[in-house]
Amino acid sequence: MSKAAELKQGQNQLFTDPDADKAREFFRHKSRAMVNKVTTAEEAVRTMIKDGDYITIGGFGANRIPTAILHEIVRQGKKNLGFAGHTATHDFQILIAGECIDRLDVAYIIGLEARGLSPHARRAVESGNIKLTEWTNATLSWRIKAAAMGLSFLPARNILGTDTFKYSAAKEILCPFTGQKYAAHPALYPDFAAIHVHECDVYGNAHVYGASVSDQDLAKAAKRVVLTTERIISNEKIRQNPESTFIPFWCVDAVIEVPYGSYPGNMPYEYFSDEEYLKQWLNIEKDPAEFKKFFKKQILDTKNFNEYLTLNGGIERMLKLRAIEHLTDKK
Amino acid sequence: MADYNPMELMICIAARNLEDGATVVVGTGAPCAAAMLSQKTHSPNLTIMFEAGGVAPILPAMPISVGDSRTFHRAIMASSMPEIMETCQRGMVDYTFLGGAQIDMYGNINSTMIGDNHAKPKVRFPGSGGANDLASLCWRTMMMTPQDAKRSKPMINFITSPGYLTGGNSRYEAGLPKGTGPYRIITNMAIMGFDEDSKRMKVLNVNPGYNRKDVQDNCGFELLWADKITDTDPPHANELRILREEVDPNRYIIGR
Repeated sequence: MSKAAELKQGQNQLFTDPDADKAREFFRHKSRAMVNKVTTAEEAVRTMIKDGDYITIGGFGANRIPTAILHEIVRQGKKNLGFAGHTATHDFQILIAGECIDRLDVAYIIGLEARGLSPHARRAVESGNIKLTEWTNATLSWRIKAAAMGLSFLPARNILGTDTFKYSAAKEILCPFTGQKYAAHPALYPDFAAIHVHECDVYGNAHVYGASVSDQDLAKAAKRVVLTTERIISNEKIRQNPESTFIPFWCVDAVIEVPYGSYPGNMPYEYFSDEEYLKQWLNIEKDPAEFKKFFKKQILDTKNFNEYLTLNGGIERMLKLRAIEHLTDKK
Repeated sequence: MADYNPMELMICIAARNLEDGATVVVGTGAPCAAAMLSQKTHSPNLTIMFEAGGVAPILPAMPISVGDSRTFHRAIMASSMPEIMETCQRGMVDYTFLGGAQIDMYGNINSTMIGDNHAKPKVRFPGSGGANDLASLCWRTMMMTPQDAKRSKPMINFITSPGYLTGGNSRYEAGLPKGTGPYRIITNMAIMGFDEDSKRMKVLNVNPGYNRKDVQDNCGFELLWADKITDTDPPHANELRILREEVDPNRYIIGR
């Protein structure tokens, strides 16, 4: 009793409902039909995201990201979105510049890892206009995993005793078996997730190669899931290797074929990140007026992802990035 | 003065602390260089892991991201973030390296913000990323950082990642796994450990070219001193050669 009375809780806002029964009620009505789900980025974003939704992006910031969906969210002017900053780097850079986000679950934001910090994202977060709740990469992984498991929380041994905990929405609990203190991390059931995959069939059965981050859990946790894919393959190919199916069709609502769809990010075994482009973007952000022009030209004024690729060097550039990925760029 | 720069010195010392057969989770930059150097000198069977899922890659180049394709190039496993973090939580990861804007005498680290209003920070940094998780769950945490009174404070603005919290037993009383915590702080001037009882930072070795006064004058809190302070063994010629020729030939990290 006295021990339980001392249990602490994070003081910041929980942006999503962890209730497992409400999630079950949603998933009860989610279609299980194995039907052709091929669509366009424009259509998917228009029909699957509404202002105020909480969204999550697969991959890892500038690795295997669904860039076409990020651009489309910006072009359609989606507003007041909640967002999971689960090592969010270039994905966050795009959405924050598009003024799409008003609340953030933070694990890692505003930086681009070894490339440095984003001046624009930093200005936006330092303005105080965006609500922040602190978490960590593992915590967000486990929050997503709790949802994938159909639970309302998972216990873990991280974040205890820190300000990261204080400004989170986690709660301390005691293990009913051992008395050990844990942080209880609330399940994260996002309204929407977009994940870029190597290949999938028209039904959404997908293969992903390389580090998978949290995407297998994310596909299960999110209420609506769109896959962008380097290429669409036949259902027969999925059936030849059923043990390789990374995401099954019943998790997926829409499929969009977007070759080079992670550009300017890395797509493992396909093409490396465009480091010159990402560096140019970071540099231009130092000057807000110049950045506004750059962002307009790159994203607002391009009709679709193909136009964006063409603007940035098209197939020729992509071949170069393929060579870097395959370590054949230097003789 | 031997021919090496402070970054090379810190990487060489860090590498020596990683023994053969151990496991380590690293980020990009200096920690990754230290792990690679360790593998190429005395720890061929050091298992290097990256938090996005890469396990034991044959690194062809320095990764730019802890999730880019270099981190699982010819790897043993391309797994997931939960897989790596749960391996840490299970007690199978020996070492990790952290960075940060501020550190206090108990090895608590701030990589979140400067200022006193969380909702409107004076300066915002990326936040924990995986740092809090690794600091909480790996057995031994190390840090490479310049010795700087502005970075080392009696009180830091925000404890992003746990060191020994308020000292003594407080880390374990908070619920963090027993036996874990900060192990070495490696700076350009000295190597620090932590006092067994108070858990305060304690100088173990002073680096060549510096004295005790330099080390204390460039620290924002009072340091403890080991009974016997020895000079740091400076980088050896073969360590420097491998670091420069094989680990970081483009000087991305050692050129900083």
